[in-house]
Parts: sequence; C-alpha cells; structure tokens
Amino acid sequence: MDYVAIILLQTTISIANLVLISAGLAVIFGMMRVINFAHGEFLMLGGYTAVIAAQHGVPLLLSCFVLAPILVGLVGLVVEYLVIRHLYGRLLDTMLATWGVSLILIGLVTVSFGNSVSGISTPFGSVAIGRFTIGLYELFLVAVTIALVVAGYLVMRFSRIGLIARATMQDREMAEALGINQRAVYRATFVTGAALSGFAGALIAPIAGVVPTIGASYLAKCFITVISGGPAIIAGTLSASGLLGGVNVIMTFLSTPVLAEVALLATAVILLRVLPQGITSKFFRRSQ
Amino acid sequence: MKYPTVTSGRLGMAAMILAAAWALIVVPSGGDMTLILSGSIYCAFAILALSLALIWGFSGILSFGQTAFFGIGGYAYAVLALNIGDTTAAALLAILVAAAVAAAIGYFMFWGRLGDVYLGVITLVLSLILYRFINQTSGSEWKIGKAPLGGFNGIPSTPILTDLQGAPLWPEQIYVLCVLALILSYVICRLLLATGFGRVVVALRENELRAELLGYDTRLYKLGAFCISGGLAGLAGVLFANCVFVSPNMFSLATSSQLLVWVIVGGLGTLAGPVIACFLLLAFSNWLGTLNAGAWLDPNLVMGLVLTLFVLVLPKGILPLMQAGCDRLLAVVRHRSTAAKVMAQEEM
Repeated sequence: MDYVAIILLQTTISIANLVLISAGLAVIFGMMRVINFAHGEFLMLGGYTAVIAAQHGVPLLLSCFVLAPILVGLVGLVVEYLVIRHLYGRLLDTMLATWGVSLILIGLVTVSFGNSVSGISTPFGSVAIGRFTIGLYELFLVAVTIALVVAGYLVMRFSRIGLIARATMQDREMAEALGINQRAVYRATFVTGAALSGFAGALIAPIAGVVPTIGASYLAKCFITVISGGPAIIAGTLSASGLLGGVNVIMTFLSTPVLAEVALLATAVILLRVLPQGITSKFFRRSQ
Repeated sequence: MKYPTVTSGRLGMAAMILAAAWALIVVPSGGDMTLILSGSIYCAFAILALSLALIWGFSGILSFGQTAFFGIGGYAYAVLALNIGDTTAAALLAILVAAAVAAAIGYFMFWGRLGDVYLGVITLVLSLILYRFINQTSGSEWKIGKAPLGGFNGIPSTPILTDLQGAPLWPEQIYVLCVLALILSYVICRLLLATGFGRVVVALRENELRAELLGYDTRLYKLGAFCISGGLAGLAGVLFANCVFVSPNMFSLATSSQLLVWVIVGGLGTLAGPVIACFLLLAFSNWLGTLNAGAWLDPNLVMGLVLTLFVLVLPKGILPLMQAGCDRLLAVVRHRSTAAKVMAQEEM
C-alpha cells in the first residue's frame, strides 16, 4: 500500500518537475516559435543566484521568488537586445545564436565561479510514509508548480496581457494589424520566459546542486517536453509532462535513471512520428 | 596563344592540391611526431565537418547532434574490433552501423515531416542522451561481448587498424590513411553533389514543396542524404578511435558546438570552407592553450562568441567572402592589364 503511494507521489513530483523546468522554454516557444537553446543556462543562472545568495545569508525563498527571476530576467533582456531581436523570422539562426549565447554564459560562469559543484542543503526536512521517506521540499515544489499553472491559466484566460498573448499566438499579422506592438510583445515574452527559468532554476538548486555545465542535463528533458507538447503553452506542457514524467518514473523503477531518459527520447520520437506538431495540435486544440 | 582564365575557384583548387601534396609528402617525411599525431586527429575532425557541411549546407537539414554518429562510429569500431579481432572488417561495419542509426532516426524524423527546429532538437537530444548513457556504463556489467564500455574512461584498449600482415599501423601510416580518407571523402561529396541524387537534394533545400510537386519523394532523398552524412561521421569516428581512443567526449556538447562553429565559420553551402575552418580553428585553440593567458580564455566563452558573432554579422561564412574578394581583385587586375594593352596599342 505504501509502495503504491510512494510511486504515485514520485510520479507527481516527476511531472511537476518537468512542468517547472520547461515552463520558461514553453512560454518562449509557444509565443515566438523560437527554441531557446540558452534555456538550460538560464536555469543554471537561477540556481547560481540562489546558491550565492544563500551563502550571503539571504533566505532561499526570497532568492527564489525575487532575486533569481529579476536577475535572469535582466539577462534575458540583454540577450534579447543584443542578439535575438536581430534574428526574428530566421528560426534556425535564432537556434544557433542562442546556442552561442549558452556557451558564452557557461564560459562566463566558469570564469567567475570556477568549475566545482556548489549546493545548499534542502530545507524543510522529510516525511515518512510507511517504510519510505520523501522530502517535504519536493512536495512544496509540487504545490508551487500547481500554483504557477493555475496563475498562468488565470492570466492567459482573464487578463488583458493574456488576451494580447493569445492573439499573438493565434495570428501575429492580424494582431499587429490591430495595433499590437510586436517588438514589445516579443521582448516581454523573452524576458518572462527567462525570469520563469530563473525562478525554476533557483527552486531546483537545493535538489540538483549547480555547476556551470548543468544546463545540458536539463536541456534534453525540457526540449522533449516542449516539442512533444506542441503549440499550446499550458495544456501542451501539462500533457507532455504527464506522459513523459510517467514514462520516466516507470522506467526509473524498472531499470536505471539514465535508461529512463533513453526511454523518454524514444517515446518522444515515436510520438512526433504520429503527431508531428505535438500533442496539442490534435487534442486540446482550443486550449492555451 | 590562349591562357586559361584565372578564377578564384581555380586558385582555390590549386591551393587545395598544394596543401594536400604538402600534407602527404612533406609532413610524413619530416618526422615531426607532434605534427603527425595532431594532423591525424585534425583530419578525422575535418571529415566530421564535411559530414555536417553535406547535410546542413546542401540538404538544408540542420543536424545539431552530428556527434552522435561520430561517437557511434567510434564505439562500434572499438566494440566490433575487440570482439571479432579483424579491425578492417570492424571499421567497415562501424561505418555501416552509424549509417543505419542515422537511417532509423531519419525515418522517424522525415516520415513524421518534422520541421527544421524539431530536427535540430531531436538530433541534439540524441547526442545528449548518448553522452549521459555512455558516461554511466563504468560498471563491469556494461559489456558488449568481450568489450567493456568503460563509462567516462572510454575504451583505452581500442585496437589499432592493422596492415595486411596483421601488424598494427605506425602513427605515420595512420596519418597518411587519415589524409587519404579526408581527400577521398571530399571527392565523394563532390561527385555525389554532381549526380542526379545530389541535384535533387539541393533542389529540396531550395524549395521542398516545389521539389515535391515535381514528383520527387523528398523524404527518401532526405533520408539518403542523412544516411550518407551519418556514415561519413561514422568514418570520422573510426579514424578518431585510431588516433586517440573512444571516450564519451566524442558525444559531448563541446564537440557538437565546435563542429557547428567550423561549418558556419567556413561557409554554409561549401565543402572546402568547413574543412579549412576546422584546421584553422583547431590550430588556433591549440595555440590559445599554449599561451597560458589565464582563465578568461575559457574555450566555451571563445566558441560561443565566435558562433554568435558569425550568426549575427557574417552568416555566410568566410570562404564565400574570400571568394568574392578574390574575384573582385582578379577583375581589377584583369581590367588594368587590358587597359595597359589598349594604351600600348594606341601609342604605337
């Protein structure tokens, strides 16, 4: 009985994790149709912010909710201004340039903080379920993710910003013709995506630790989730995370975490063979 | 008397032939071991650059994870050679294995009709996951036949190719083999692009819909090009395994990004450009390494700056730029000489 409970909990945590780390990428991809290869490095920067702030005595939650989003959002603003805005409409070039940016960020962080792993202890302790224990912090992350998704839905559905966002996603020429400033929307989107990534990176830092190259280990999972999910931001990320997170947990229990990642890729490749535009191209089509 | 017209293309050809002659005749007889060893590795990487130049520059398929086939070629060679003993057969089989993996992945990507972005992401994720997978195979249970995979240490006991008598090749012989393989790969790519198949591939890079409406099954042509490119990358992996040994770094993100930088710096849509850029940039980063200039010359930082700047400022790459400059210079020279002739005639 407690075994079943622990598997269910692990699955929930795994899905929530995927949603959390993919959210920033999904916002940028869903709105701008741009794959941001520097996403992993935005997460990494968020993580560094949390760790360094903690070393200076700043409480973790403050750096997660305030410092990391602002700082990484600013980095996003600089990247948008220097690189991305020259490349709108040139999809492949954006991918290449963001990869260049990711290498630059890895280089800069290595130069500034060295190559070693730093971490902070996981707060909140743990709770026992029968023979197993589970970190309370991981449950807290699930709660934060749920709050994030609900907030995202409310903003997209009911606010003016959400209306503009949905209009741009549906038909950007028409939105432009109706007087929406494309440039401003794109810039705001990129900064929002970066800030979300910083937030997620800071939240994950106590579990994962940080090294300059940690971005690469998030990259695979995030990309697979976002492109399997397809164009709709919330529904896509949720459905793809549900599917892939489930596969991940089951394969981890059956074999090893790395083989689970291989299974993740296999699932995504087969899925894209059947639904080339992602899950939300066929299902949940009218969702955000 | 008629002189052949001097064009930048012919000048380039002459320079390439001179470079090949130097690499094949002067270098091995000079006996400089460092040059011979690093030259072999450079040639293996140059073939890898060629494989990406072919698939990206001429078929318009951006394979971010070309290193997946590079690593698969190397690992397949090492595993097969340790198991069957015959290194020549292992080398040929390894190239086939790399091409077969490319075919399998290509089937899902091209029959799913994935767009450019998705192709890039899927291939990149493939190499990322292979990197992580190979890295954790250090336990003794990770064995294929007689070959231990060795985790992050790689397979240091990778066998070296043998000659007809069964003796392992000398480093000089490996070097000559690598140079010859590079020249052969270049010629194969050139010939391939001149065939009907190559023309269709270029046509679908220009406009896939139009090629499809003309009655070509673009998926098959893309798959063909992807397989050939995967096989070439596999060959590069086999040669690399012979120069060094196979290790997870063959799959690493650093290798992938270097490879992209070579192609984009050399010039997209050319074959010689990426090869030249590969040699120059490898030599450049070696030289940077010897400078001891402190931490600011982090390789990632340098690569990232080069990549971003080229995408923003010079997306066509250096070789097309040099060709255009050379053509202009030649035109000026020709114009002057005709003008001089005309003036001389007028004076008479």
